[in-house]
Amino acid sequence: MANAKLWGLKKSPWVFHVAAASCNNCDIEILDVLTPRWDVERFGIVLVGSPRHADALLVTGVLNRKSLSRVLRVYEQTPKPCLVIGVGTCTCDNHMFTPSYNVVGPYDKHIPVDVFIPGCPPKPEAIISGVVKALARL
Amino acid sequence: MSVFGVLFSYLIFPGFIFTAMIGLFLTWIDRKVTARIHWRVGPPWYQPYADFLKLLLKETIIPEGSSKVFFLLGPILGLVSMTILAVMLFSMNMNPGATFLGDLIVIIYLLALPPIGLMIGASASKNPLASVGVSREMTQYFAYELPFLITIAGVILKAGGSIRLGDIILAQHASGPFLYSISGVIGAVVILLSMQAKLGFVPFDIPEAEQEIMAGVYIEYSGVAFAMFRIVRAMMLFLLPLFLISLLWGGFGDWWAIPKFLLIIVLMILIKNTNPRIRIDQSLRFFWLGIGVLSVIGLVLAVYGL
Repeated sequence: MANAKLWGLKKSPWVFHVAAASCNNCDIEILDVLTPRWDVERFGIVLVGSPRHADALLVTGVLNRKSLSRVLRVYEQTPKPCLVIGVGTCTCDNHMFTPSYNVVGPYDKHIPVDVFIPGCPPKPEAIISGVVKALARL
Repeated sequence: MSVFGVLFSYLIFPGFIFTAMIGLFLTWIDRKVTARIHWRVGPPWYQPYADFLKLLLKETIIPEGSSKVFFLLGPILGLVSMTILAVMLFSMNMNPGATFLGDLIVIIYLLALPPIGLMIGASASKNPLASVGVSREMTQYFAYELPFLITIAGVILKAGGSIRLGDIILAQHASGPFLYSISGVIGAVVILLSMQAKLGFVPFDIPEAEQEIMAGVYIEYSGVAFAMFRIVRAMMLFLLPLFLISLLWGGFGDWWAIPKFLLIIVLMILIKNTNPRIRIDQSLRFFWLGIGVLSVIGLVLAVYGL
């Protein structure tokens, strides 16, 4: 039973895109990954519109006082088990926004993040490799 | 028939499990053909089964403040009606003489149940986007059901006024499929487009438009309940072309049914992939003023036996 669950989750991770106040570069790269050129549907990855259907949350952008409550809310709305994948250097260490008064820190202070993908923005190949690493962690 | 025979026919063949498995495979054909049209590779053959298994074993969230009973009743209603429809369609094609009077009426009602279940479930979920989806689903239902019923009336006239689908199949065995006439071709076009709308395929996927109202009617569903909705959709993808074949193309008692079935499926996928989504008012106008008038012409032609 546990094996079946793991197999299902590994073979069809549906992703929900949480754009938490990013500068849009990471979001554009995520959209690139979903285009026919990289074709992530080969691995069963589909972009879904509702966090209720999601197995993985792709979070982008630096976490600030405004977006924290929204990100937490989306995380709570997602049925468990779910993965959290941080895309971009902002999610890892706040990047150039570290001295700002409004920043409440990297994501793993608040929610459990499975994998960070550094880069400003990361290449589509890097995003795919990060998702594969997150799935291998399961 | 013994009790075990009845249980076997409802649960395994041709009922729930057989229809669901074939339906999920057809979902894969749909995704693969779509991928090839996009010049992509597409998902492997086990993809719909993996999706289904994953959804079954995930957490099912019932939103706070929603009506629990009606929220979970929605998918069950569709599942039960599609299972009964599968058993009825197969038994009346294997043995067209042995069905009861008025089975066509029962089939029309069974085909109406999945959208009604969807409306009940989604409106119980207390989500504003879901209620937008429900209002669109309801409008869409009234839009496509009118030409669909007018066409079925034409088919009844051609079969000599019988409301038994078994008699309609027997009449086609006797004098050739109804499709090979002008009113038959018109009827096939009308039913094909209504099926497209019933399945929520792209030109008519207005209730679940994922770019504007997220997943619309499905927005609050997760886990087992969402898996059930997906399987209802997959079973409809299998049963609606079979219904079209038995209504207009001579039933599916012989092996010729397989190429006919694949032709209908590929046509639907091609329509899905070559059209943009239309607005709900455009859909209503299309079905009532365009396709509706066409179906009335088909009915008039059927009265004169063309």
